[in-house]
Amino acid sequence: MSVIYLDNNATTQVSEEVLDAMLPYFREFYGNPSSMHSFGGQVGQKIRTAREQVATLLGAMPEEIIFTSCGTESDNTAIRSALTIHPDKKHIITSRVEHPAIHVLCAQLVTQGYRITELSVDKNGLLDMDNLEKNLTPDTAIVSLMWGNNETGVIFPVEKAAQMTRERGILFHTDAVQSVGKIPVNMKNNVIDMLSISGHKLHAPKGIGILYVRRGTKYSPFLIGGHQEKGRRGGTENTPSIIGMGMACELAGKNMQKENTEVKRLRDKLEKELLARIPQSRVNGDTANRLPNTTNISFEYVEGEAILLLMNELGICASSGSACTSGSLQPSHVLRAMGVPFTMAHGSIRFSLSIYNTEKEIDFVIEKMPEIIERLREMSPFWNASQSSGAGN
Amino acid sequence: MWEYTDKVKEHFLNPRNVGEIENPDGVAEVGSLACGDALKLTFKLDENKRIKEAKFKTFGCASAIASSSALTEMIKGMTLDEALKVTNQDIAGYLGGLPDEKMHCSVMGKQALEKAIENYRGAPPLEEGAKIICECFGVTDKEIERAVRENNLATVEDVTNYTKAGGGCGSCHDAIAQIIEKVRSEPKTETKPKLTNIQKIRLIEETIEREIRPSLKHDGGDIEIIDIIGNRVIVATRGACSTCKASNITLKHFVEHRLKEFVSPDIEVEEVAK
Repeated sequence: MSVIYLDNNATTQVSEEVLDAMLPYFREFYGNPSSMHSFGGQVGQKIRTAREQVATLLGAMPEEIIFTSCGTESDNTAIRSALTIHPDKKHIITSRVEHPAIHVLCAQLVTQGYRITELSVDKNGLLDMDNLEKNLTPDTAIVSLMWGNNETGVIFPVEKAAQMTRERGILFHTDAVQSVGKIPVNMKNNVIDMLSISGHKLHAPKGIGILYVRRGTKYSPFLIGGHQEKGRRGGTENTPSIIGMGMACELAGKNMQKENTEVKRLRDKLEKELLARIPQSRVNGDTANRLPNTTNISFEYVEGEAILLLMNELGICASSGSACTSGSLQPSHVLRAMGVPFTMAHGSIRFSLSIYNTEKEIDFVIEKMPEIIERLREMSPFWNASQSSGAGN
Repeated sequence: MWEYTDKVKEHFLNPRNVGEIENPDGVAEVGSLACGDALKLTFKLDENKRIKEAKFKTFGCASAIASSSALTEMIKGMTLDEALKVTNQDIAGYLGGLPDEKMHCSVMGKQALEKAIENYRGAPPLEEGAKIICECFGVTDKEIERAVRENNLATVEDVTNYTKAGGGCGSCHDAIAQIIEKVRSEPKTETKPKLTNIQKIRLIEETIEREIRPSLKHDGGDIEIIDIIGNRVIVATRGACSTCKASNITLKHFVEHRLKEFVSPDIEVEEVAK
C-alpha cells in the first residue's frame, strides 16, 4: 500500500538531493573538520558552504548560524542563554500555544524561581499585541514566541513583537521550526535576536537544528566543550547532516514559490472539500494568518485516534489533537488555549502537506475522509441525537 | 503509536453489535463528549433471562470501540448475575490486553454493563442509612464517601469527576465538601482498592503535592515527576535537593515511604539520571 503522507509538520521526507549530498560524508569523507590534515579540512570547507546556504535562506550572515542537534536544543539554548546573560532578570514571556521545547522548559524554570507569563490567544489562535506590551517589564529577560504554530499553522506577528521588545532592551527569540522553508523569512527585515530551526521539518534529516543568533546579541553557550561553532556549541560537527541541512535550505529557497502557490492550493482544496462534504466540521485557527501547508479540522462527535487509525488503514498519515493520541486526559494544549470546545478538540485532525504531495493524493483523501467520518459517526451515541435535535448544520 | 493487539485492531475495524436495540430490557449511557469517550449499551433478554442480544454505540478511540465490541460479545448468553461478574480485566483479557493508558476504556465497558443491568432491575434500593446528597444526579452520601475514600479525592471537583455529584445545580457543594472533610479525617485503612492507571497517576501527583512537596520546599528543595512507568515513579530533584548528598536517602525514606503509604505498597521511586 502506498503511503499518502500529510503529516509534514511532524517530520518530512529527506529530499533525494539532500541525501545525495550527504552520503559521501558517511562513506568517503569521514574526516574531522577540526583536523590539521586536508582529509579532514576538506570537510570543514563543505561545512562553510552549508553555513552559507542556510544564511542565504534566512537573509543572514554565515557567522550568525550555529548548528545544533535539533529544534529543542536550539530553543533550550536560546532561553538559557538569555537567562545567563541577564542573571538579575527573572521574568520570561511566552504564549500558551508554544511547543513543549519552550513550554516544558519554562514550567521547569518556574521551580527555579523564574516568573513565566504565558500570553493567551483568542479563539482563532491569535495574540493580543497590547497584552504582550502590557507584560513587558524591566525584569523581563526574554520573550519567546513561535513564528508558526505546529498544530494549527497560525502565524504570530513575531517581527512586530521583536520590535516592541527591542525598544525596551529585551531579548526576543522565536521558534521558527514550522515557518522556515514554508514562508519567507528574512532576518534583514526584522530585529529578532534568536531563531530556532529544525532540519527534519524542511526535508533535511532528523538530528540537525540551527540556532540563529544575531550579530551583536550577547550569547552564552549551552553545550560546552570543544571550540566548534566558535565555542558557541561544543561537540564534533554532525558533518553529513550539516551538509544535508545546507542543501535542504538551498532547495527550500528554490521551492518557496511552489510552497505558497501549489502546496497552498492543494491545502485549500482539501480543506474546502472536506468542510463541504462532511457536516459539522470546522477549521481550527485563523485562516488568514496561516502557514500555507497546514489545516486543522475538527469533526464533531467522533474521536481523533479512531479517525487516524481508519486513515492509517488506507495509508493516509496525519495527526490529531485528541487526548487519546497523547495518553493524557486532556486534548491538545493549543486547541484548549484557543477555547475550542473539548467536544470539537477530541475530533481534530491536522493535515500538513509538503511539495511532494500530489493532486491525486489529495483527491483520494477528499474521497475517503467522508466515509471514515460517517463510519465512526454511525457508531457514535451522539450522532443521531444531534441529527434529530437539528444541532449544527 | 499505540501498541494494540491484533484482537483490538480486529474489533476496532470490524466491531460486532454496533447499534441500539429497540425496546431494550436494559439500557445505560456512561461517559460524555467532553470526556472524550462515551458508551451507550442496550441489551435484550431471552425467555430464560439470559442476554440474547447486546448492542453498543461508542464515541471514543480504537480501544474504547474494541472494548465495547468485546463486551457485547462476551455477555451474550449470560445470565445477568453471570454478566455482573465480568470485570474490566476480563474485557481487556478478551482483547489480548490493552495499553496501560487505555485501561479506562475497559472500565467504561464494565460501568455501562453494571448500569444497564441496574436499569433493568430497577434502581437499586438505597444503602441502609444512605441519603441523597445530589438531587440532580441522585447520588447518595454513601456513594460519595466511597468514591472519596477509594480514590483519595480532595475537592468537590474531584467528586464531580468521579461520581457526577455536584455537576448539576451546584446546591450540594457544601454538603459534598463536608463529606470530603469527614472521610479525609478518618484514620487511613491498610486495604487499598486496585487503582486504574489514571487514578494512580492522579493519586501520586496529589500525594506529592500535599504530603511531600511542602516538606521539601521548607528545606529549599523540590521534586518533579518525570515519568510514571507501572509502579516506578521517576522523579527529578530540584533546588537544594538536587545538590544535596542525602537526596537519595530523602527519596527512599521519605518520598517513597509516603507514596507507599498513600498510593500503593508497590511504588518504587527512582531518580532520573542527572
